[in-house]
Amino acid sequence: MEDDAPVIYGLEFQIHIIDFDDENNIINKNVLLHQAGEIWHISASPADRGVLATCYNRTCCPVLDSFVALGKSAAQLLKALATPSDSKVLTCAAVWRMPKELESGTHESPDDSSSAAQTLELLCHLDNTAHSNMACVVWEPMGDGKKIISLADNHILLWDLQESSSQAVLASSASLEGKGQLKFTSGRWSPHHNCTQVATANDTTLRGWDTRSMSQIYCIENAHGQLVRDLDFNPNKQYYLASCGDDCKVKFWDTRNVTEPVKTLEEHSHWVWNVRYNHSHDQLVLTGSSDSRVILSNMVSISSEPFGHLVDDDDISDQEDHRSEEKSKEPLQDNVIATYEEHEDSVYAVDWSSADPWLFASLSYDGRLVINRVPRALKYHILL
Amino acid sequence: MAAAAAAGPSPGSGPGDSPEGPEGEAPERRRKAHGMLKLYYGLSEGEAAGRPAGPDPLDPTDLNGAHFDPEVYLDKLRRECPLAQLMDSETDMVRQIRALDSDMQTLVYENYNKFISATDTIRKMKNDFRKMEDEMDRLATNMAVITDFSARISATLQDRHERITKLAGVHALLRKLQFLFELPSRLTKCVELGAYGQAVRYQGRAQAVLQQYQHLPSFRAIQDDCQVITARLAQQLRQRFREGGSGAPEQAECVELLLALGEPAEELCEEFLAHARGRLEEELRSLEAELGPSPPAPDVLEFTDHGGSGFVGGLCQVAAAYQELFAAQGPAGAERLAAFARELGSRYFALVERRLAQERAAFLGCLTDVRQALAAPRVAGKEGPGLAELLANVASSILSHIKASLAAVHLFTAKEVSFSNKPYFRGEFCSQGVREGLIVGFIRSMCHTAQSFCDSPGEKGGATPPALLLLLSRLCLDYETATISYILTLTDEQFLVQDQFPVTPVSTLCAEARETARRLLTHYVKVQGLVISQMLRKSVETRDWLSTLEPRNVRAVMKRVVEDTTAIDVQVGLLYEEGVRKAQSSDSSKRTFSVYSSSRQQGRYAPSYTPSAPMDTNLLSNIQKLFSERIDVFSPVEFNKVSVLTGIIKISLKTLLECVRLRTFGRFGLQQVQVDCHFLQLYLWRFVADEELVHLLLDEVVASAALRCPDPVPMEPSVVEVICERG
Repeated sequence: MEDDAPVIYGLEFQIHIIDFDDENNIINKNVLLHQAGEIWHISASPADRGVLATCYNRTCCPVLDSFVALGKSAAQLLKALATPSDSKVLTCAAVWRMPKELESGTHESPDDSSSAAQTLELLCHLDNTAHSNMACVVWEPMGDGKKIISLADNHILLWDLQESSSQAVLASSASLEGKGQLKFTSGRWSPHHNCTQVATANDTTLRGWDTRSMSQIYCIENAHGQLVRDLDFNPNKQYYLASCGDDCKVKFWDTRNVTEPVKTLEEHSHWVWNVRYNHSHDQLVLTGSSDSRVILSNMVSISSEPFGHLVDDDDISDQEDHRSEEKSKEPLQDNVIATYEEHEDSVYAVDWSSADPWLFASLSYDGRLVINRVPRALKYHILL
Repeated sequence: MAAAAAAGPSPGSGPGDSPEGPEGEAPERRRKAHGMLKLYYGLSEGEAAGRPAGPDPLDPTDLNGAHFDPEVYLDKLRRECPLAQLMDSETDMVRQIRALDSDMQTLVYENYNKFISATDTIRKMKNDFRKMEDEMDRLATNMAVITDFSARISATLQDRHERITKLAGVHALLRKLQFLFELPSRLTKCVELGAYGQAVRYQGRAQAVLQQYQHLPSFRAIQDDCQVITARLAQQLRQRFREGGSGAPEQAECVELLLALGEPAEELCEEFLAHARGRLEEELRSLEAELGPSPPAPDVLEFTDHGGSGFVGGLCQVAAAYQELFAAQGPAGAERLAAFARELGSRYFALVERRLAQERAAFLGCLTDVRQALAAPRVAGKEGPGLAELLANVASSILSHIKASLAAVHLFTAKEVSFSNKPYFRGEFCSQGVREGLIVGFIRSMCHTAQSFCDSPGEKGGATPPALLLLLSRLCLDYETATISYILTLTDEQFLVQDQFPVTPVSTLCAEARETARRLLTHYVKVQGLVISQMLRKSVETRDWLSTLEPRNVRAVMKRVVEDTTAIDVQVGLLYEEGVRKAQSSDSSKRTFSVYSSSRQQGRYAPSYTPSAPMDTNLLSNIQKLFSERIDVFSPVEFNKVSVLTGIIKISLKTLLECVRLRTFGRFGLQQVQVDCHFLQLYLWRFVADEELVHLLLDEVVASAALRCPDPVPMEPSVVEVICERG
């Protein structure tokens, strides 16, 4: 595997593209400058590996420069200038394209790439004046990279990217009404149901939305005791959803029955910031927490393979068939596979590699990125 | 006599050894006769034998002997005696003969009179008899006459007697007929008077006859009438039966009568049960009403008493009556009764169980009291002054409750109760029922209830007042240390557990209680930590840190945090001991963030985009962290004040840290954080076990804030100190 892209993380104003060469165990890094501001959220287009979307902070002083550089319209520039004392932090979102040579994946020597920081090419802004404070941007997982959803304060905005992503048109939107300041913290696009469902989190509540009508389809009140930090859809089971939050718990939900979680994990000792299903083996669940730990759990009982890996029909001999039957009788239990304690500070992001299902990376506050593999024994246990 | 003597054998031979047989017998018999005569005349044989003591009684020379032989005697005299003696003997003899003769004469004279009078008497008797014979003859004739007359009279009356007998028969028949004819009216009357029993008896008597003669029109008419009346009677009975107002015995009577009237038993059986069901259900309803939602439920003993007398008594009556009435129904009937009793019984037991469940809820009741007690002083503004007293109250009320239950249950094993000697009550009841079911069950349920406070409302965060958690935790801990073993010992003493059933050991229960106490305390820490966290979080999130003015004083929220922490400290101090803390440096409060800010900041925050620089800063901070221990934020706590407070402060500061990292700070914003942290540092160190921990976390907060600041110019430590001291 040559390009373990895109394991990307944001440090101030930079985007690093890390290539991990599995065979030689070599890590390469490419730095891209993100001049628009500090990045709070990042997501790569599923269709075009050179395209990514970010949510970034714009504070007043540094932003002026980037405005000019990015060729913002004169009116907005004036507005920003006219109110210098209005030093609110604005979080915006934009779609960017990486330079071509990086996208191709043929990496130069590490020294070269690090010395020459390249700049991202802006494709379009996902802003309009009405909505700011973008919390999160999510691409349609299976589509052609034309649809993107952004969460801004209490609004869900569905954008259509047109003319090879250079123009974003607000297709539809919905907003959350209620007392108090409602603010989305996180969202995920379900890969099931023909990509018509999106789940969002605000405060302690999880909500599901239908993107066709932009209406709420389910709501899990008090999903967590405190703020919900993240959620993820099971890639193989269409009604299953994992969420995590400040109550140190990871909960698994069946969206058809929202009164009770299917399963609750209480392994972390502080806020859980991230939860991710493995893209192909949904019993593997990765969580990262501000207790500086990354925990890999084996949730066999609620996975799509509760009885172990079922061998496909066309490539089994009788013996194998036999063996898989035997294996199905073994009791399989949910357990924690491993706890990774390499990080010294809070872990804010974890994700699986999109190329190798046995590889994952985690990123902590101190800027340390750790790449880990699923233990070999477990891998063979799942595969065989 | 002489002949006899002559014919007899030799005088020397005894009578016993005579071989002659029958000849030998003869003199023997004769002698016997002699003896008898002698007896008669007063000469006892002994006398006869005694007198001639010397000589042989058979001596033929003995003058008075029975075998006297004059020839031998004379011969002897002549041969032996001299003449003078012979003369003497002769004169003596003569004199004796004369004396004897005179004696004989007097005897004859004397007895002659007697003979004469006897002859006279016999003659007189002969005459009398003759007269009597005549009269007897007369009597015989008279009797014959009477017999004759009697026969004649009988013959004359024969005919009439027969007629009278016949007439008497007719009379009886007529009376029966009259009864029959009167039957309808009588029945009517009986029915009117309500004497159903009488009516049924009449009917029963008449029925067979009517049945037999129903081919006769008149009887037929009567029967019809009777049937009509009987039907009415049956209907009335049924009516009465259905009305059901009357008690069980009357109903039973009704049913009995109806059965006697030949109503179908099956149907009656059904109806009877239906009525009984109605009555019993009434009882159940009243019991249920007693149970009811209204809280002042009656005493449990009263309730069971009521149930026992009302429902169980009723059920027994019904069952007894049923068995008596429908015994003929056989096993099917019994089956039906059993099903009936089972159903109602199960409902009754369900009610009783519900009632008992209410009893079990006593602990919850206690808790509610505590809750109210906790809420009350808070309203009054005096927070938790009586926490220790409350604890004592709860503990004592629970203990007294347990004791009361034990006493109540103890009645079952009292000597005077009849069933207390059954093996069940001696063995299994004591160990399984009381010890396991009641006491162990209670302790378990207490733990469970307490634990449930950690689980369910925890989602909403603090639906349970934290003080209650603290109180319960202490309560469980007390149970672990002393109360459980005390209660169990008490139980074992009162109920001498005799059998070998495995019982839950004290240690297990203690472990459970300890676990509960630990969970409660941990939850308490979480809840309190959350309260302070929320405060800090709101304060960080809602503020615009970019446009803050230069800090002049400590933010109010920090003061509030310190106040709250102090309040918690007081609250926990009421129930838990101080605990151990690490050795403190004497000048803990003097530390400021100057060291940190100056040493680290340069490496870290100097704006540099050279690739090597971030590496170095990372390295620096990582090395620093390598030497500090990892902080487990939501770690379990120990049972002392310091540990609890440490837990709460850890949670709060970690929250502050995470919130700060999500914000962007202006220069003055950073300085404000600096001031706030120093303030917290000044006041919080005293609460925790290891003050290094507070330093570490607060350092981290300031460092993070500096990282999040585009223009990090820290405040002079001296200024910070001044501001904090002023605040």
